[in-house]
Amino acid sequence: MLFEVKGLQGPNVPPVSFALAEAEVLTVRGESGVGKSQMLRALADLSPHEGEVWLIDAEQQAMPATEWRQQVVLVPAESGWWADTVAAHFAARPPASWWERLRLPAALWDAPVERLSSGERQRLAVLRALVLEPRVLLLDEPTANLDQGNARAMADLLLDYVDEHAAAAVWVSHNPDEIAARGHKRLEMTAEGGWLHGSV
Amino acid sequence: MGLYSLTPLDLGLAALLVLALGVVQLILGLGLFRTLAFNSVRMVLQLLLVGLILKAVFDAASLPWVMLIAFVMLGLAGYEVIARQKRPIRGWHGYGIGMAAMSATALIVTMLALTMVIETDPWYEPQYAIPLLGMILGNTMTGIGLALNNLTQTAWQSRTQLEARLILGHSVKDTTADLRSDSMRAGLIPTLNMLAAAGVISLPGMMTGQILAGTAPIEAVKYQILIIFLITAATGFGSLVAVQMGARRLFDERDRLRLDRLRSGR
Repeated sequence: MLFEVKGLQGPNVPPVSFALAEAEVLTVRGESGVGKSQMLRALADLSPHEGEVWLIDAEQQAMPATEWRQQVVLVPAESGWWADTVAAHFAARPPASWWERLRLPAALWDAPVERLSSGERQRLAVLRALVLEPRVLLLDEPTANLDQGNARAMADLLLDYVDEHAAAAVWVSHNPDEIAARGHKRLEMTAEGGWLHGSV
Repeated sequence: MGLYSLTPLDLGLAALLVLALGVVQLILGLGLFRTLAFNSVRMVLQLLLVGLILKAVFDAASLPWVMLIAFVMLGLAGYEVIARQKRPIRGWHGYGIGMAAMSATALIVTMLALTMVIETDPWYEPQYAIPLLGMILGNTMTGIGLALNNLTQTAWQSRTQLEARLILGHSVKDTTADLRSDSMRAGLIPTLNMLAAAGVISLPGMMTGQILAGTAPIEAVKYQILIIFLITAATGFGSLVAVQMGARRLFDERDRLRLDRLRSGR
């Protein structure tokens, strides 16, 4: 298994277990406040939690946190921007094809962050995560601020990334249709825990 | 030229000015009268008490006494550092960081000055040691308090930005670089102001006191220069130590931002 979660649990996270193989996507649904975002934070080791999380043969707690987070990358619902320009937030320049597929103007690369729209921020936040070439993507409603066309483009780019890089994704979404065609597993979260619906 | 000894009547006249301020505020409904009155009375009692204690310590001039006074001063300063912050670090760590930063700098700088610069005999001669420590500690305390307040407040407000970097696998060191340098600057601002204003805009209190007591101005100036250098070094190193320790305490061993380690705002 590429990514295996055994008895993950935390102060605001109900008990969850699941396993993902290469190129698999897990969609996560549940009422707001049930702990979906908190679960993603625990998977990225951003908040204290119990249970085991394995990436291939390495356990989360046995790996330096910085190394773990470069391979298991979280894209939160609200992206943070700490420097003045867009370029300063990227470890490397994303391929032009990604840039075009998300319909981002090339000039945005040198633009000041304060001028970005919320939709542009959301797309750039996904790109700056993808340039790290992670094995696992933790996506918190990555299409929430996008119109239908842009949302489609975003979903396609992410699903293609997962396929081409033999990666896996944990995808929190209120609109599972956008990934239904490719969604392999489904996690239904309630306050009592996460229920896994088998392979589709 | 001898020292003119102040009478209680002189002090009463000065106190009347503060009383007048309080009355004006009361009339304008600004509501600071009680705070002002309370703190003025407290100041008088504190200083009278210190005057009595210092007289006893000067007479005794023994190391244990001087040490005891130094530790009491340090303890109170540690409390003040916490009291000046809106969201201090919880528990003993909060006190510990302030105290460690102050003892590592104010105490050491004072001892260096006594043993290597002023070379009093004995080195703990209370007439020099206690006022010197008091001045250095007072300034260091302000600097460390401002630096830590800036650190914890800014971290609280920029959680999203800090975590955005952690998420991408940045180290705590990189993530907090700006935060730490801004907090250092905040701690040093009063000292930088003092350096710029010394003698031109403000006559430093100690120098004024010495001149009033009849010391030749150039002697007073030399002491003041010494003190300002000591204060600058102690405040700078103190803020540095406090900010480094404080920034580390905001994160746990798994490099997670732990804002739950800060007290809630007040």
